[in-house]
Amino acid sequence: MLAKRVIVCLDVRNGKVTKGVKFAGNLDLGDPVAMGAEYYRQGVDELVFYDITASAENRAIDIEMVRGVAQNVFIPFAVGGGIRNLTDMRDVLLAGAEKVSLNSLAVRNPSIIADGAKAFGNQCIVLGMDALKVGESPSNPSGYEIVVKGGRERTGIDAVAWARRAEELGAGEICLNSIDADGTKAGYELEITRKIAQAVSIPVIASGGAGKPEHLAEVLHADVGADAALVASLTHIDGYTVGQLKESLARAGVVVRL
Amino acid sequence: MTILVDYKAGNLTSVSLALSKVGVPHSISDDPEVVRRADRVVFPGVGAAGQAMDNLRSTGMDQALVEVVRKGHPVLGICIGCQILLDSSEENGGVRCLGILPGRVRRFDFAHLAQPRPKVPHMGWNPVSFHREHPVLAGIPNQSHFYFVHSFYPDPLGPEVRLGSTGYGDLEFTSILDGGNVVATQFHTEKSGESGLRLLANFGAWKP
Repeated sequence: MLAKRVIVCLDVRNGKVTKGVKFAGNLDLGDPVAMGAEYYRQGVDELVFYDITASAENRAIDIEMVRGVAQNVFIPFAVGGGIRNLTDMRDVLLAGAEKVSLNSLAVRNPSIIADGAKAFGNQCIVLGMDALKVGESPSNPSGYEIVVKGGRERTGIDAVAWARRAEELGAGEICLNSIDADGTKAGYELEITRKIAQAVSIPVIASGGAGKPEHLAEVLHADVGADAALVASLTHIDGYTVGQLKESLARAGVVVRL
Repeated sequence: MTILVDYKAGNLTSVSLALSKVGVPHSISDDPEVVRRADRVVFPGVGAAGQAMDNLRSTGMDQALVEVVRKGHPVLGICIGCQILLDSSEENGGVRCLGILPGRVRRFDFAHLAQPRPKVPHMGWNPVSFHREHPVLAGIPNQSHFYFVHSFYPDPLGPEVRLGSTGYGDLEFTSILDGGNVVATQFHTEKSGESGLRLLANFGAWKP
């Protein structure tokens, strides 16, 4: 039976894995290649690296980092942040990444999803989306709106409509981050995750809000329907190993790769 | 020399890095003459069967692969490189393939199942049941997980070709094919962690 996936996300700033902590700014946590290799050793199913300053600085992703990861990690990994065009996508894929994650670029220019899927295959394209709870309205039937720039800028786009559109355009997967849940440690946003998992037939990765291992089981359970759960601070800061998270999932009856 | 076949059907970097990691010396070539002379061939690929076959035919690589298989040298097919070893594929409205292994490639179709249906593509880690022992599987526990990404699956003729299988939806499809000196995996061996690396190392030492 296909296992539910545990994905660790590493935000990279100036060559270091970083984590924004409320009221404490950004903590430098270490070298992305070494941390990726350690999570690989722990049995993580997939990794995501976001170059969080590349977009703001209008530069390409650090390709040497991608190569370093590919030499040490023999599982799929995605790279995002700072993907500007097909050339950037080709560069990270040729450096050994399995997938690219598109977020605000896809909102500005949805055809990049179709172009990327046509050039490299649907399985390469992860649509990252940040959803904000706004309440149901005629223009937002799902009650959730797509936001960009870390949640600071609203787009007026309905989250479920955007997920369907991305699937039609050729996205292979959706990584759904809840702006409301992100950083709260109160659990994933189950309502929007369920809505999107039911609306599309491609895999959905839930992101934002995990504060304890039990939260992963909630979102991966069949009644919510996420295919994968993304974690960051749970492993980076709170010290859980990937093995501990998976053992907790197995005890809760979720099928995982142990 | 082990040759990793480059036929412009996807990304060779990961396969090459994984072979290097397990100490299998290899070089990458898009030259059918080099493939004809190879002692050992790794035939990877992602994307669509139609495009892959067009690329192979346009360079004569299709014939080189058939010849190297006929010589009895070990050949490993991965993902699309596994599928197009069969006679034909349902992808792209029907594609004639290399015919090195008997059978065809079918599309996952779960329309007859109740919601929520299994997703297509089949993406992620799924266990493989080994049907018998084989040198390329040495030291890998039965039911180990491997990483899959595909919308079409191999449906070979004959139980002797079925070396491993995987359950998805109500289907138990063949995920490792055994064609004598040819072994082919539907999963991405190079992205399947330590089990995948072990399979590549075993293949590098295999003398069929």
